[in-house]
Order: sequence, then structure tokens, then C-alpha cells
Amino acid sequence: MSTATAIVKPVMPERHFLNDNYGIRSWLLTKDHKRIAILYLFSITFFFLIGGVFASLIRLHLLTPNGELFEADTYNKLFTMHGVNMVFFFLIPSVPAVLGNFLVPIMVGTKDLAFPKINLLSWYLYMAGGTFSMAAMVSGGVDSGWTFYAPLSSGYLKTHVIMLAVGVIIAGFSSIFTGLNFIVTVHRMRAPGMTWGRLPLFVWSNYAASLIMILGTPVIAITLILLALERGFHIGIFDPKLGGDPVLFQHMFWFYSHPAVYIMILPGMGVISEIVPCFSRKRVFGYSFVAFSSVAIAVFGFVVWAHHMFVAGISVYSALVFSLLSYAVAIPSAVKVFNWTATMYKGSIEMSTPMLYAMAFIGLFTIGGLTGLFLAALGLDIHIHDTYFVIAHFHYVMVGGMVTAYLGGLHFWWPKITGRMYPEAPAKLAALITFIGFNLTFFPQFILGYMGMPRRYWAYPPEFQVLNVLSSAGASVLAVGFLLPLLYFAWSLKYGEVAGNNPWQATGLEWETSSPPPTHNFHEIPIVTKDPYAYGEDAEVTVVH
Amino acid sequence: MQLNFPIFPEQASSMAGQVDALYLFLVLITTFFSLLIAILILYFAIKYRRTPGRQAEQIHGSTLLEIVWTVIPLGISMVIFVWGAVIYYHMERPPANPLEIYGVGKQWMWKFQHPGGQREINTLHVPTGRDVKVTLISQDVIHSFFVPAFRVKQDVLPNRYVFTWFKATQPGTYHLFCSQYCGTKHSGMVGQVVVMTPEDYASWLASGKAEGSLASLGEKAFQQYGCTTCHRPDSGARGPNLEGVYGRPIRLTDNRVVLADDNYIRESILEPNAKVVSGFQSIMPTFRGVVSEDEIIAITEYIKHLSPQQANPLNNRSTPTEIRDSEVPNIQQQNKQQNQQQPAQQTPQGKRPANPSGKKP
Repeated sequence: MSTATAIVKPVMPERHFLNDNYGIRSWLLTKDHKRIAILYLFSITFFFLIGGVFASLIRLHLLTPNGELFEADTYNKLFTMHGVNMVFFFLIPSVPAVLGNFLVPIMVGTKDLAFPKINLLSWYLYMAGGTFSMAAMVSGGVDSGWTFYAPLSSGYLKTHVIMLAVGVIIAGFSSIFTGLNFIVTVHRMRAPGMTWGRLPLFVWSNYAASLIMILGTPVIAITLILLALERGFHIGIFDPKLGGDPVLFQHMFWFYSHPAVYIMILPGMGVISEIVPCFSRKRVFGYSFVAFSSVAIAVFGFVVWAHHMFVAGISVYSALVFSLLSYAVAIPSAVKVFNWTATMYKGSIEMSTPMLYAMAFIGLFTIGGLTGLFLAALGLDIHIHDTYFVIAHFHYVMVGGMVTAYLGGLHFWWPKITGRMYPEAPAKLAALITFIGFNLTFFPQFILGYMGMPRRYWAYPPEFQVLNVLSSAGASVLAVGFLLPLLYFAWSLKYGEVAGNNPWQATGLEWETSSPPPTHNFHEIPIVTKDPYAYGEDAEVTVVH
Repeated sequence: MQLNFPIFPEQASSMAGQVDALYLFLVLITTFFSLLIAILILYFAIKYRRTPGRQAEQIHGSTLLEIVWTVIPLGISMVIFVWGAVIYYHMERPPANPLEIYGVGKQWMWKFQHPGGQREINTLHVPTGRDVKVTLISQDVIHSFFVPAFRVKQDVLPNRYVFTWFKATQPGTYHLFCSQYCGTKHSGMVGQVVVMTPEDYASWLASGKAEGSLASLGEKAFQQYGCTTCHRPDSGARGPNLEGVYGRPIRLTDNRVVLADDNYIRESILEPNAKVVSGFQSIMPTFRGVVSEDEIIAITEYIKHLSPQQANPLNNRSTPTEIRDSEVPNIQQQNKQQNQQQPAQQTPQGKRPANPSGKKP
């Protein structure tokens, strides 16, 4: 409303989950989902930074066409470790394990996840997996590519493939446990009145991602165990020299790794579905369509894996089927984009930092999704498969989409997690820098890919240099955009304004409890009487923070 | 640094234009929808920006709109699917009477063999205006044969032959890349495809120092490895006579029927006991680790030439199932008729590719 009513400067709550207990034991043995989320926040930030350093070195190397900075083997290790760190140790856990862990129990109105000890175990498994992966890295690195294709990785490479595979397998279990916890919590622990139709869309999307986690992740574990058996004991499974079939590896690998991209993106979509209504002051447009499209993506996502294999030697008919099914999975994503856009229509839109990230997400994910149509088109995929076009496409979805959503979500819920506001001006600047840097980095790669530059090339023909230099220049801008939040988030912990329970005047149970929330989230379990996103039902109260 | 960089690869094959047309269509679709969304969200963000007193208008949704924006993208994607599928189907069907070239990938080089016996490393000479079919196999890990100017790519597998084909249209020199990561020097596994006019190609072929045609090289290897000891047409043969066997359905000891194509012949050399021809015993030793992929290709070419009438080249990806559907009843019928007298396998034409005399079960 225009006239600001009583302006009350919010104060920090006396007791909350952060000061309930002190000491290292209170963190390392905690069963509080919020503290585990914080543990995850620090650990995935660490792996993101490591993966980011690798990415920077890759872009630095590709400034010149002849491979002058690193040896070929070193370069191969760099892109392998970049991929493994980012996919298995950052993207997959990012939103579910940090924001999901923190928010899902609060959003459904309960005290904790269903299995708090398993939740803690999941973090320890993640760290154990990360330790193996780091050990493989410091003891010489691995050059298999994050895809581990056999028989190269099982019979030809001299590096620590098994150690890295063990790391990925262990980290997979942490993902399974997180998914299990979410599913049981959503089914069994919703507050009175929190019907399925009232679940926040963030919960829906994490629920859908959890289905994939528990159904898909065992397959990657089995695949990598078979790979290790072949590598370690020469049991022929994938290597034809031992009687195996190398295409089998690709089927098994992508049976998990394609749905895994939906583990990565679905929770990000959930974040956007929270931010857009809040900053538009509107109910989300087409709630049930947005909710069910998450489930549709999870289901269809399981039957499209061989679109990674159109040139791998599969039959013409299976290629046709997988191409067709791939278009089916594109539709629910399109439905989401249209609904978010429609949500903004006739809203009352505030361009705060989270909203800037959400808008960037919608735009970049649209490009990422549409370029997926190129790759699903059989005759066209033959040309652009395994080129920089693929790199650009999945970075538009994974960085332009997922990382943007994660950063948007982190800004959105930062006041809830820490009780303090981040500084708005540098945050907006960082969002802008990230957006510009991102596009400068990855847009040239679409052109490079169509020109025919294959991925994972240590050296490349000189005519590709200009586009590579542009891309590397963009990467340095992007790096600034990613580092800025680290600084002002750290600053805000001490100097940020106290946020109060609901700085955004958002709906949702998480905004009804204090910031930071008490250890058991609510002083008494709430009773839900309203639909989600019931914006505009109460008169707004302007709070100056 | 070359500053005048192109944003489109050269079009040097009959397929390139078709692929580019689909690409441009998709670029248009992508541009349209990306701009639509971008303009809408920016327009909404400005027009409906929060000003004092502004209240959002609550709209719950619209089933009609949901249907519209489900059906329209679905329709557009079906157009893309069909378009892409048509191009792909065309690319995957082997051309009739192509120029057949064999390629072997290994860490980290490409080796090519022409039917005339010319061999090349990391360079492939082809003529314009003719369908060229490249049959490919790897000696070690998976590689991928990628010629951007032709818009063709095919993963090269270590365990079986695959093929790709193209019809070059523009003389010139084009990149050949390995596009499947294959270890240390993956980016060094590159070469060139040299497209020549048919006349230039003919003179290039003539200038090449071939030791003899590929088939004759195969014949030498066939003798050198002692294959003739058992595989010969006379009555004392212990293995099937290979004359006319290429491209025909073969009945195995377990009654299955397979097609004697490149993959079958290769398997029979490396894993002789995997698919034994009906009427023969598993006595052949494996030649794995003895005979090279290049020699197998030459031997196969030799066996092809043993055919009385040269069979049409077969799609290496065609599965025996396709053959079985049409041929099995036929073969089984014939077999029933001649069950007692004639245990050896019969081709539908009634020719006898295998000599049954020594080895009646």
C-alpha cells in the first residue's frame, strides 16, 4: 500500500537454530535439517569454486589454438575434473541439498525431515565421495571425461579412474538419501491443512527430482561398479577385447545421466516458481499445470536417454523413437516458461535481486531448452553432436538455468537463513555481470559448434580462435559475477540489516516463522487454511528494511 | 588471429544444404520464442512495475491458454521431429552402388583403404558427384568420424563395422575430426578430406603406389594365414566354401539364420565359434591378435570378390532379424524338403555355399 503504516525495525530473534548450540560437535553431529543445509552450503561452494578454477584454466588455455598453456594430458584432466566437480558435487546437490534441505520441512510445516540421522549421513557420504574425488585429483588427476566412456576408461587410461568412480558412487548414495527423505517427508509430515494442492511449487519440484534421485541414481552406481570391475579385474562387460559391448556402457550411463539433468534443473524451476509470484505479488499462473509438469518431466525424463547416442551406432528405429520422446519431454518445460511469464502479467513487479535472477533464468532457460530441440532433431544432431553446440546448450540450461536459479534462491532465502539482508546494490550489479558474462561466454560456443569445433579439443584450427577468445573473455566477466556474492554475503552476516520474519512479504509457511527459524522451525505446528501464493488477500504492509 | 571468421561451415556435400535448412528453421523458431519471452518479461516488468498504490490483478490461470501453449509447441516440435527424421533416414540408408572406402581409427590416427589398394593416413581423397560409403571400425577405443563440411558424423566402434556416406559436391580440402573423446591426443586425431573432380581423382588414384587392389591384398592375406587349407571348394574342405557366401543368409548349427555381411565375416575370423555354419564343427582357431583390422577388411573384400555375381553392398547395420523374417520360412521349407538327403545349408537360390561332404552331423 502507498502509505507506510507503522514502521517497526525488526530485531533478531533471541533463540534460533544458529545460536541454539555452539561448538564444532553441535554442527558435525547435528540432526537439524537447517544446519545440515548450511554444511552442504559450505561444501558445495567449495566444490563449485574448485570446478570454477578448472573452468577458468580451460578457458585460459583455449585463448590460443595450438595448445600452448597446458600439456594435452593436463588439459584432459582439467575438463574431466571440471565436469565431475560441477555435475556430481555441485549441480546435483545444489538446490535440493542446500535450499531443499533448509526449506522443504518448513514449507510443509513440520519440525524436520523424516529421517534426520539419514540426512546427516547423506552429508557425510557426500563429503566421503568428495574426498575420493579430491584424492583422485591430487594424486595425478583423471582424464576420462565426466562421462567415463568405455573402453577408453576401462582399458586404456593410466589414471585413477576407479578412485574417481568410487567418489561418484558414494556421492550418489547421499543423493538417494536426500531424495528418500524428501519423499517420505512430503507424504507423511505435512502440517494439518497442507493438502497436495496447497504444496508450494518448490516442494513439488523437489519431490519430482527426488523420484529421479531414488530411481535413477542406483543405475549410475551399478554402471560405475561394472566399469571398475572391468578395469580392475578384466571382467569383460564393455570392452570388446574382453567380450563386452561399449554401447552398453552408454545406455547404462545415460539411463541415469539424462534424468540427472532433471535432478539438476527441476529444483531450480521450483525456485523460480517461488520468486516470480512473490515479486509480482500474484498467484502463480496455472498452479496445477506447473506442479504436474514437474512430475511429467521426471517421468518422461526416464525414456529419452538414447538421444545422447544418435551417432553411437544404435539402430535407425530406436533413434526415431528416442527423438520423438525427447520432444515429449520438451513440452512440460515450455508450459512452465509460459506460466511464469503469464504470472508477471498485470502483477505489481519489484525488480529485486532474486527477481532479476528469475528473469535471467526464464530467458536463458528458454534459449537452453530451445537449442535442445536442435539436438533432438535427428538429421541435425548428426552434425552438432559432440561439438561446442552441445557444450553451449547444456551450459545454458545448467549455468544459465540452474546456477542462476540457485543464486536467485540463495538471495531470496538468505534473510530467512541468516536473519540478515544482503546489500541490494552490489547484488543487482552481480546479477547483471553474471548475465552479461554468461552470454558472452557461451553464446559464441553455439556458433563454434555449428562450425564444427569438436568438444574436448586441446588444440583447434585457427579459424575458431576469435570465437574462443570471446568466450574466454566472457568467462572472466562471469567469474567476477560469481565471486561478488561471496564477498557481500560474507559481509552481510555481520553488517546486513536485520531482516525480520518476512522481508519480501511473501506467502508460504517459511515466512511465518522467525528469521532465522528456531531449531524446531515453529513454536507450534501451523494449521494451513490458505492456498499457496495467496497474494493480494491481505492488505500489504510496507516494511522498510 | 583471423578476424574475418565465418559463422557457417562450408557446404560441400549433397546433405549439407538440407541440414542447414533445418538448422535455419530452428534458429528462426528459437529466435522467435526467445524474443517473445524476453520481450514479454521485460515489458511486464516495466509496465507493471511496483509503484505506490499499484495492486496486482489476481488471475488464477486459464485452461484454454494452457492448452494453447501445450498444443502449439507440440505441433512445432512434431514438424521438427519429422523433418529431422527424414534427413536422418536418408543419411542412414546406404546408397546404391557407392564407391566403397574402408577406414580404421586408432589412437590417434585415421587409416583409409581404397578398393584399388591405395592407402592413406589422416587424409581421404574422394571424387565429387559420387556416393561414397565409408565403412569404419576402430582398433581400440571409440572414435568418431566427423566431416563438418559434409555434415556427417559416425561413432567408430571397436567391435563392429558401421558406415557413413556422403556425396561431395565442392572440390576442396576439408577438416576431418575425431569427435569422440579418445584419450591424450584426441584433438590430434584430425586430418583432411580432399575432394577432387572425378578426373583429378582418377589421376590421383593412378599415381598412388598401390601394391595391388584391396581384394588382391586380401587374397594374399588369405593365403598367408592359411585360410585356404580349410576354406576351399573341393570335397576335402573342412570349412565352408566361401564362394558366393557374401551377402547371403547363412544357417547356423543352432538353426539361426544370419546374414554373411562384413560384421559376420569379421566375427567369424575373430570368434570362429560364435556362429558356426550348419554342418560344420567348431574347429577353427581364433585369429584375434594375429590378423589386423586392415587385413580383415582386405580379406572381406577378397571374399566379396569370390561371389559369382557380386552381391549388392549390404547395410552393415541391417540385423539378421530383417533377413530372418523373409528368408527363414523359405530356408526352413527347403530344408524340410531336403531334410534327409541334404543336411547342409541351402541358400534360397539353391546354391550350395558350403560343402557338406566331409562333415555330416
